[in-house]
Amino acid sequence: MVGVGGQGIILASDILGEAALEIGLDVKKTDTLGMAQRGGSVTSHLRMGKKVWSPLISPAEADILLAFERLEASRWVNYVKPDGIVIINNLAIPPLSISLGTHRYPDDAEIIDSFKQRTKKVHLIEGSGEVSDIGDTRTLNIFMLGFLSSILTIKISYDIWKKCIVEHLPAKIVDLNIRAFDKGREVASSVDI
Amino acid sequence: MVKKLLSGNEAIALGAYHAGIEVASAYPGTPSTEILENIAQFKDIYAEWSTNEKVAMEVGLGASYAGVRAMVSMKHVGLNVAADPFLAAATTGIHGGLVVVSADDPGIHSSQGEQDNRHFAKLARVPMLDPADSQEAYDFVAIAFELSEKYDTPVLFRITTRVAHSKTVVEIAEKKTRPDRKKRFHHDVEKYVMLPSHARVRVPHMHRRMTELTEFAETTFLNQLVDGNKDIGIISAGVSYQYAREVFTDATFLKLGMSYPLPPKLLHSFANRVKRLFVIEELDPFLEENIKILGTRVEGKKYIPRSGELNKTVVQHAAVKAGLVKHIDPPAEVKLIKDLPGRPPLLCPGCPHSGAFFVLSTIGQRAKVLDASGKSEKESKLIITGDIGCYTLATYPPLRAMDTTACMGASIGQAIGLEKAGVSSKIVAVIGDSTFLHSGITGVVDAVYNDAKITIVILDNGTTAMTGHQDHPGSGITAQGKSTRSVDIAQLVRGAGVNDVQVVDAFNIKSVRSALRSALDYDELSVVIVRGKCAVTTKVRKNQRQVDLEKCNDCGVCIMIGCPAIQKHDNKIQIAINSCMGDQCGICGQICPKQAISAIS
Repeated sequence: MVGVGGQGIILASDILGEAALEIGLDVKKTDTLGMAQRGGSVTSHLRMGKKVWSPLISPAEADILLAFERLEASRWVNYVKPDGIVIINNLAIPPLSISLGTHRYPDDAEIIDSFKQRTKKVHLIEGSGEVSDIGDTRTLNIFMLGFLSSILTIKISYDIWKKCIVEHLPAKIVDLNIRAFDKGREVASSVDI
Repeated sequence: MVKKLLSGNEAIALGAYHAGIEVASAYPGTPSTEILENIAQFKDIYAEWSTNEKVAMEVGLGASYAGVRAMVSMKHVGLNVAADPFLAAATTGIHGGLVVVSADDPGIHSSQGEQDNRHFAKLARVPMLDPADSQEAYDFVAIAFELSEKYDTPVLFRITTRVAHSKTVVEIAEKKTRPDRKKRFHHDVEKYVMLPSHARVRVPHMHRRMTELTEFAETTFLNQLVDGNKDIGIISAGVSYQYAREVFTDATFLKLGMSYPLPPKLLHSFANRVKRLFVIEELDPFLEENIKILGTRVEGKKYIPRSGELNKTVVQHAAVKAGLVKHIDPPAEVKLIKDLPGRPPLLCPGCPHSGAFFVLSTIGQRAKVLDASGKSEKESKLIITGDIGCYTLATYPPLRAMDTTACMGASIGQAIGLEKAGVSSKIVAVIGDSTFLHSGITGVVDAVYNDAKITIVILDNGTTAMTGHQDHPGSGITAQGKSTRSVDIAQLVRGAGVNDVQVVDAFNIKSVRSALRSALDYDELSVVIVRGKCAVTTKVRKNQRQVDLEKCNDCGVCIMIGCPAIQKHDNKIQIAINSCMGDQCGICGQICPKQAISAIS
């Protein structure tokens, strides 16, 4: 899972990890935040299976890349395995160098093309738009998790997902986030992975 | 048994709780911070943020002398600060168990440098444990306390970022074992008062305990043998072991849970079992060199990098180079989009540091003087010595308002040195409140005593922001959330003898500018305290700012604040409403020459 600080990536990967633990898998996950409190690049590696040694995913090993922002997605092309699945939330958060005019934000076609060198399964989804309809863009992480839950080949029951979401969120925002989760599943069902 | 997904730091905290610790002390530092944060949640443990790591170590040692178990935690460079009491603790020995956690940062995720603190175990002549995941982190803490008490020594508990910050599954014992010991201080001057005559008796004791611990290392289950193919023998410890297991799927392994002292007999017999013997370790060839000293032939750093983090790919490359595994063809590397913009960490929208740096950058005309890589042959009007904290980020464009950053508290001493060396520019030392209390005070005392003609800017945001908003002696709240007296930084520097002390509101650019100007014009020692609440801890956001595009002439001054909320889309300046802090800050509106920025009506 990759994106920008503040998008709730670590929480999403924590919930995924807990859900995998619930069904008895070995889980290791590691987050890279750099120095930033906010606004920097964030990456979370998560591996699950019968036995996991290191938490880090190596190049060409990721089954799924779940990207919360377009530019952040494009840094990780090489980590996707051949034929791996790439889900990119169609959102651009331009870094400061764009405002300063020293760099250019890559366009959609460039991003998709760079992934096409590795896999055909690249999907740009309107996560930010969907959660804004739900009423709070901060539920993007749970929307993305909902989407992920329906494309995982490892099956985790809906009840387990729900339980893990409830455990990780303050009570007053649980309902909203469950709606985001459901919406993510709904959107995934209309995409041909 | 309960299974939980815990980070290494959470596991250490829980392990310490279950081992019955009663005192914990630390200074925040990535990647160690969460250890004390988690311990502080247990109300039956006394936990404190100490002023710095040296004090933390002394607090832990004092608690140990009273017979209770104590844990001291810090990042790798923190142990440099605490080295003096750490080596003293190694000399006097302990009473209640004392475990010192050093969290190293291979790859420099969030540090000023890379260092391998395993050397400290050898230097201090103490045992060292080296967990490879959260389960071991949890289990090893209990063993560390037992070793500490059995061998009368502090134990170095060495972790790395990848162990501290990765979450892995932990089976928890759920039983608290507190040693049945009375809390009392046993007077024993020969043990606790390190007069030369007493220390001379303690030092042979240290060597004796290392001999005994070497015997222990030969048979302890901490050092595991994993049988496999005898062509390749791998010795590894910590997270490196996990990468090694992935690359060498069928080799014979010796996994060291205790990486100092090493077991000579075990190593020798392991070497005899296998054809080629390899050490896989991050950073320095610590195991490799110490194994070689014991007379065992071994390879390692000839193939494995000495800097940066290891991972499976790095170990794989090394293994191929050494002829240990067949070359595997990875899928052809995909070309990334050219010149992808980076996303370096930035000062936040509404950061109280931005205004002061904007003013310093303007006064020093730093945007003009420094080139794109931050170099200049010509001296700026201002030399700005910097320190460790969020504010180090002001080094980046557009602010470019920092010339040095070395270690905690160094800004003030460096400024004094530059001034005494006779540079012609004005010299400003910039330091945050937590860093100032950690190790800036002695610099101020030095500046007073030696009549340094510098300006010290203390950026006071009331918290230790960089590491995630820990309280400190100036914040008025303890690590366990109790209110307490707070150290008044202005009074403190006045008390030290600084005559020119000003305190200004960080969000009032006019007063920040006039305070800095008058301090710089004054040819004596001056201190400016720039005070403003950290944006991340500010909950209320109202009256976000907007740009009136009719008035805006695109001069770009507001962009020079470096505020991430101020963005340029299609050549138009916009302020991102979701991130703007509004009335809390308002700096952009104050500096806009066209008065084009105002609150959203």
